[in-house]
Amino acid sequence: MAEDVLAPLAGKVLSVAVSVGDTVEEDDEVLVLEAMKMETVVYAPLDGEVTALAVKVGDQVEEDDTLATING
Amino acid sequence: MAFVEQLGILSVTPGMVAMWAIALTLLYLAIAKEHEPLLLLPIGFGILLANLPLTGLMTPEEGLLWRFYRYGVEWEVIPPLVFLGLGAHTDFGPLLSQPRLVFLGAAAQGGVYLTFFAAQAFGFSLEEAATIGIIGGADGPTTIFLAAQLAPHLLGACAVAAYSYMALAPIIQPPIMRLLTTEQERAIRMKKGRKVTAREKLLFPIAATLVIILLVPASAPLIGMFMLGNLFRESKVVERLAETAQDALMNIVTIFLGVSVGATMSADNFLRSDVIFIFVLGLVAFAVSTACGLVLAKLMNLVTSDKINPLVGAAGVSAVPMAARVVHKIGAEANKKNYLLMFAMGPNLAGVIGTVIAAGIFLSMLGG
Repeated sequence: MAEDVLAPLAGKVLSVAVSVGDTVEEDDEVLVLEAMKMETVVYAPLDGEVTALAVKVGDQVEEDDTLATING
Repeated sequence: MAFVEQLGILSVTPGMVAMWAIALTLLYLAIAKEHEPLLLLPIGFGILLANLPLTGLMTPEEGLLWRFYRYGVEWEVIPPLVFLGLGAHTDFGPLLSQPRLVFLGAAAQGGVYLTFFAAQAFGFSLEEAATIGIIGGADGPTTIFLAAQLAPHLLGACAVAAYSYMALAPIIQPPIMRLLTTEQERAIRMKKGRKVTAREKLLFPIAATLVIILLVPASAPLIGMFMLGNLFRESKVVERLAETAQDALMNIVTIFLGVSVGATMSADNFLRSDVIFIFVLGLVAFAVSTACGLVLAKLMNLVTSDKINPLVGAAGVSAVPMAARVVHKIGAEANKKNYLLMFAMGPNLAGVIGTVIAAGIFLSMLGG
């Protein structure tokens, strides 16, 4: 089952910790967003393989934008 | 001989030297520690200048800094312009998305009113007590606005206290938040609010202006400029004005505001036994306001099924966005997938408006 990793809030992508093809476990760090001068870590919602990465460092994202897709 | 008499060094008083130490401490905090440098640097330097002998800088009708203070602060020009910039910078979306959180911003003014009564009990006049109470909102421009009208001799101390507590929110608030909430409450993940449309955001500054100013006319200078700035932003047709208000104009007025506030802090005004009371009472106001927001959030949870994380109540003080960041951080400690930042911005923005309304109420009760 594939699940999208959604942006919990609007912000800028500061770093991306995974690449397509990586295997992640639930609660692993996927990427870090910067919103209002604060770093917010976004975690994997489930165990699985990263099948798509929709953003890169420096991208501005809105709340609920898809950041990555994980196939569990 | 005349030249010798004109030498400043012969007129230095111990009070001045003490104020130099305070000025240098603020400059150190601003430059080395980067605590609110945009404000503390000009304030610190203003204090230094105001406490050098024979300069005439604060001489009424003549001095340069006196003119900055008189026409900028006393004439109520600069604090409203700061609010213009804040309005242009502010997205009211988080507040409109969860209107029930507005109550938390109102509750967190509890410390302001409580301290107003406490300060009177300590022997401060009504005007002084109101000015000290407003520190509880931890809102610099509102504190300065009110102090200039009601108790100009306390302006420097109250402004520095308000800015200090705003900067110290990450130190002052977490112990209170942990004391009044359980681990489970802090871990509550809130349901997302509804999406706010562009039209709602556009109409908000106009509707808010009408409602608030019709109820509390004395809040008009701050609320009026705040909402005008916000209309610049949300109308999308005057981006140049929105940009100037929040950027260039804000920077310009910050320079004059900082130096003027510093310049009010002469040794005579500041080295008084009641200044220490101001800092203590201001801290109490800020702590009580934080607690009031937390407690109301917990009470609201008793009657609502859609649970509120009580931490967001602590953002009801108006230290934007410091208090919201603190909430986000403490919430994430309890549950790392807890993203409270935007939820906390709602009460935080309501808190700004709440503190301005409190100032307006004090002004209409006590203003001459």
